[in-house]
Amino acid sequence: METMEKIAQPKAKATAPEQANEASSTKMLIAMVGIGLACALLIVSVYEGTAPRIERLKAEALQQAIFKVLPGISQTKTFEQLADGGFQLLEGDAKGKSVVYAGYDDAGKLVGVAVEAAGQGYADIIRILYGYRLADSKIVGMYVLESKETPGLGDKIEKDENFVANFEALEVGLTADGLAVTNPILTVKSGEKVNAWEIDGITGATISSRAIGDILAKSTATLAPQLVKHQQVFSQQAQP
Amino acid sequence: METTIAKKEEKAVIPKKETPTTDEFIKGLWRENPVFVQVLGMCPVLAVTNTAGNALAMGLATAFVLLMSNILISLLRNFIPKQVRISSYILIIATFVTVTDYTIQAISVELHKSLGAFISLIVVNCLILSRAEAFASKNNLGKSIMDALGMGIGFTFALLCLGVVREILGDGGVFGYALFPEGFENWIVMILPAGGFFTLALWLLVFNIFKEKRAKS
Repeated sequence: METMEKIAQPKAKATAPEQANEASSTKMLIAMVGIGLACALLIVSVYEGTAPRIERLKAEALQQAIFKVLPGISQTKTFEQLADGGFQLLEGDAKGKSVVYAGYDDAGKLVGVAVEAAGQGYADIIRILYGYRLADSKIVGMYVLESKETPGLGDKIEKDENFVANFEALEVGLTADGLAVTNPILTVKSGEKVNAWEIDGITGATISSRAIGDILAKSTATLAPQLVKHQQVFSQQAQP
Repeated sequence: METTIAKKEEKAVIPKKETPTTDEFIKGLWRENPVFVQVLGMCPVLAVTNTAGNALAMGLATAFVLLMSNILISLLRNFIPKQVRISSYILIIATFVTVTDYTIQAISVELHKSLGAFISLIVVNCLILSRAEAFASKNNLGKSIMDALGMGIGFTFALLCLGVVREILGDGGVFGYALFPEGFENWIVMILPAGGFFTLALWLLVFNIFKEKRAKS
């Protein structure tokens, strides 16, 4: 009998904390679910509250960027790229479509086309916008729309004056048949730029500056011939 | 045994109650500075202090998240069971980090562009979790706010200390303004992660010299 009691006692002791644990597990569940719901609600309401403004600011920033990468323009029009490589004036929402932005000067003459391009950088995808001037087949401006490159190093691709100056007149000439780019854009070591299609890299930001060159080379390889081939479409929409 | 511990705790608590809450504020600035004394939150301290501007923005964003999470955790301290407290704190902190992210985007795309990569880093800043665990979960709202403000400003101050030194040596300026004449050769290493360790070590040295002097006198 005594031994039975001795065995039974610890068992009884063990059940008490178990019950306490069970009781608090509902409490735990309520606390976690409650906090989770409240947090989700807070995030959603802040997102809903800020989304229109963020979208507007981003659109504004994009518009400003178009004017930055195509110097001398006074108005822009958005064109949608069709599956066959041609272009047509975009009507309605640009969401989910690949678009380019044609820029016109005061006289309503086509200056160039701004194109968005993206590619892998050092940290994450870099999204850039570049302006392609059709008259002399040159990139006349480049602007980084989104990058997570290391601040102080990789972010020099947008802050370093010498690097940005590379894109004031970067040659993207086409071959005689107009089907390919003669010399793909190439990033070289800082200070070693010799040819008009080369980009002077940045010391300490080799990967990021090379990434910009690669993004541009890849994008222009297919787009530059198409833009030149279909430039009639853009100039037809010009209004004085 | 238990009673003696309880007595000790009481003794420790009583002077706390007597001192005004400004002490909770001031301790974070200097005596318990989160970076130089507690050596907490080293990831942003080393990674984000390469320029003074980045350091300031990161410090302020962290201070905001710290304040908001301290407020909420202090209010909910009796509601959160202790078994799930850490996950609850992380949930609350992550929420405010996301809110900060959206808010900064809505304020200015430019600002978000220069900070974007760091904002999400605040979630894993152990300073915030440690203040939640060590302070906000045990103290009332007023004290927790004071604690968060003190720690937040102390953290911002520490980040600025590092950021200013690193930017001057590594980029020849402060807040983007050049300080040195053309010929100055930037110490690139100061902007690189290694420079963060060097600068932090120097500041820790300075702080420890101060501490030692005060202990002697």
